Amino acid sequence: MNSKNRKLVETWAPWVLLFAIILLWQIICSAFEVSEFIFPSPWRIWTQFVEYHTIIAGHAWRTFWVTMVGFGIAIVVGVLLGFVIGSSRLAYAAVYPLMTAFNALPKAAFVPILVVWFGIGIGPAILTAFLISFFPIMVNIATGLATLEPELEDVLRVLGAKRWDVLMKVGLPRSMPYFYGSLKVAITLAFVGTTVSEMTAANEGIGYLLISAGSAMQMGLAFAGLVVVGAMAMIMYELFSFIEKRTTRWAHRGSQGE
Amino acid sequence: MSTSNADNYFVDFRDVWLAYNDELLAQNHFAVEGINLQVKKGEFIAIVGPSGCGKSTFMKLTTGLKMPSMGKILIDGQPVTGPLKISGMAFQAPSLLPWRTTVDNVLLPLEIVEPYRSTFKQKHKEYEERARKLLQKVGLGGYEDKFPWQLSGGMQQRASICRALIHEPKMLLLDEPFGALDAFTREELWCILRDLWTEQQFNVILVTHDLRESVFLADTVYVMSKSPGRFVVRREIDLPRPRELELTYTKEFTDLVLELRSHIGAIRSTTSAATAIPQ
Repeated sequence: MNSKNRKLVETWAPWVLLFAIILLWQIICSAFEVSEFIFPSPWRIWTQFVEYHTIIAGHAWRTFWVTMVGFGIAIVVGVLLGFVIGSSRLAYAAVYPLMTAFNALPKAAFVPILVVWFGIGIGPAILTAFLISFFPIMVNIATGLATLEPELEDVLRVLGAKRWDVLMKVGLPRSMPYFYGSLKVAITLAFVGTTVSEMTAANEGIGYLLISAGSAMQMGLAFAGLVVVGAMAMIMYELFSFIEKRTTRWAHRGSQGE
Repeated sequence: MSTSNADNYFVDFRDVWLAYNDELLAQNHFAVEGINLQVKKGEFIAIVGPSGCGKSTFMKLTTGLKMPSMGKILIDGQPVTGPLKISGMAFQAPSLLPWRTTVDNVLLPLEIVEPYRSTFKQKHKEYEERARKLLQKVGLGGYEDKFPWQLSGGMQQRASICRALIHEPKMLLLDEPFGALDAFTREELWCILRDLWTEQQFNVILVTHDLRESVFLADTVYVMSKSPGRFVVRREIDLPRPRELELTYTKEFTDLVLELRSHIGAIRSTTSAATAIPQ
């Protein structure tokens, strides 16, 4: 009974915290009469959200599907690259340092280049989302494949297992929890990529909305846009978290006994 | 003379030396050296020795996962040229796949080794039945559809041995299979292994550093010395079969264990006297 109560408290804890923060924010804004042009109160953000909800919805939908396309490409490329790197020592040695160097580059810096290549619009946004999010997927697949017990490999090799058999029967299933774990991280990064790109290289999307609202001094609207991106990223994160728990239950067995 | 003998032995090592790579070979630094070993068909042998004496290397040589630098290995009359599918292996770590149920773990080798591989889909029912029978035989009835992480260490090890035996190998290689288990579970598994072997009469090569285990189970015990690994003593265990656990408390049993122990002791003191040799 006690542990059930604790579980309940844990489930509601983030909501309570969120509510407390909003309340505090509102109190501070009201008490000190902070200008709505500098730092809008939650109430102001809400009224702006209601007022412009059709506009926000349009931009949000654009940002959402652009992100999902970029994320989809990231999954395909990340899995393929991760598979190659994780299954061959030579490929690992050759590709990994370069990939790390590439990952260290700020992806926002690519946006102007992408604009030159693809023009203003969905092209740069999709590609930025892809560039920023494929790396964790690739690394995690590669790690899962590369960490194979030598003894198990002996057991299979003595039976005449080819490298491919070992990868398919052991390596790939083993890397699945890593893969789903990386999707959670990658989807949030993909939203960052899309939004950043839209800020300079699009006429639609939440990123564009943020910039145009900001330049029109409509801070309430800009904040409403931010909240929407945050909410979308959060929902997708929870979705992949749910899928992860469902599909790779064997890797989360520790939490079952509690 | 020696060629006619080859037919009689199942495992036949003739002056086998192994260095792990060319560099070590050039330095004359061998992991195992001068191994001569003749094992009859269906014989149960145990190899004991201090850790790091090349026992595991010996297993890799026997299964064809490593080729000797010098010398010749014949298994079942055939020279070893590559991985030997007629062998099954189990190690100290059960290394079962956590996303497969116990029965699916046991079936894994059949998905890989011929002739089962090509018929795995059609005869799945039959193979699964076989795996379940084998699991029941080692006392895992009722746990076939559980996941490995739901089993105790001893149960996992039983499943691991089943996986090694599912393709009915002619030779079972065990590398300290009971090393991580508690004393009671270990004795229980000795008996299970004894019964499986008595029933199916495959060859067993058991690598262990438990002397009681080796004496209880094996027909012949070999004592291996440390770096370089070589056999220093061969001892036939002529205790009558079937052997029961009570036997391990008799005088003749403990005498045998003590005798083997004295050889190990002798090895240890000589190596510690000769520590000038780099590892």
